[in-house]
Amino acid sequence: MSIEWYVVLSSLLFAVGAMGILLRRSPVVILLCLELMLNAGNLALVAFSRMHGNEEGQVFAIVVMVIAACEVVIGLGLIVAIFRRRIPLDVDELTELRG
Amino acid sequence: MEEVLFFLAALGALGGAVGVVAMRNPFYGVLALIVHLFSLAVLFLLLTSAFVAAAQVVVYAGAVMVLYVFVVAYVGSGESESAWEPIPGQRLLAPLLGIAIFVELSIAVLGSSLKALDGNGPDVGSGFGNPASIGHTLLEDFLLPFEASSILLLLAAVGAVVLANRKAAGTPSSLGARPGDERPSESGDGADSAKRSEGAPAASRLGGTTTGTTT
Repeated sequence: MSIEWYVVLSSLLFAVGAMGILLRRSPVVILLCLELMLNAGNLALVAFSRMHGNEEGQVFAIVVMVIAACEVVIGLGLIVAIFRRRIPLDVDELTELRG
Repeated sequence: MEEVLFFLAALGALGGAVGVVAMRNPFYGVLALIVHLFSLAVLFLLLTSAFVAAAQVVVYAGAVMVLYVFVVAYVGSGESESAWEPIPGQRLLAPLLGIAIFVELSIAVLGSSLKALDGNGPDVGSGFGNPASIGHTLLEDFLLPFEASSILLLLAAVGAVVLANRKAAGTPSSLGARPGDERPSESGDGADSAKRSEGAPAASRLGGTTTGTTT
């Protein structure tokens, strides 16, 4: 399989994730769509690492996984804190910080 | 054989991604994301990166998704999203913008005149991407980023403990009873729970530490 296919698949997955972020309102689903976009980036990194025959792209992908894990922990902690304060879980309602 | 496997995995990854976006219930969305992650692990194996595939299955589909499942079960699937659109035509505009970003990325990548994109990549030995060689690259060439990411993980764990701390979450009940809140009875509930957690500080501290160890 040529590398092209992997890169095109990765950009398709990224577009689907971006569409989900624009479309959905629940913060949990938006975090899930962020995961989709990060994973699409990972697929492109690994594909390019294979294209160059160099492992540094895979190390990059592992670091992206670490970042994604941190983002999930903080994001879900925020969601639980919001839920405990009885604020509706909807990004249209969570506009306290907007100027 | 490789083509069949690629198309099956690509179909799974794409189906999982569309499922995450389209599912009404977030719990099914999480399950669709698990399908997506497993398909991506198959794609990583096809790209001869065994260690990344293993980390994907163990770390992502194992640990991170369990966290998601617990939080979705705790928060509940919630009421379905209202049909009210803050931006007019959002439901029409979002897929158009998604298609636009796909076309743009494809043009950027395929028009980049990278010759190697057509090929399968160079011939690499069987050791390419296995844990031993990844470990050598990670700990010899990329030691500083490795340590920096460990500090980042520590910071995230501490942040999660602070955020999940019941007492800290209960004290300023002003957020729950902000002006213009349409549900006064529920904000009163929030003040009640704040009082309760103040009444039992030892128990809440205990709860805080147990949450910390599980995260």
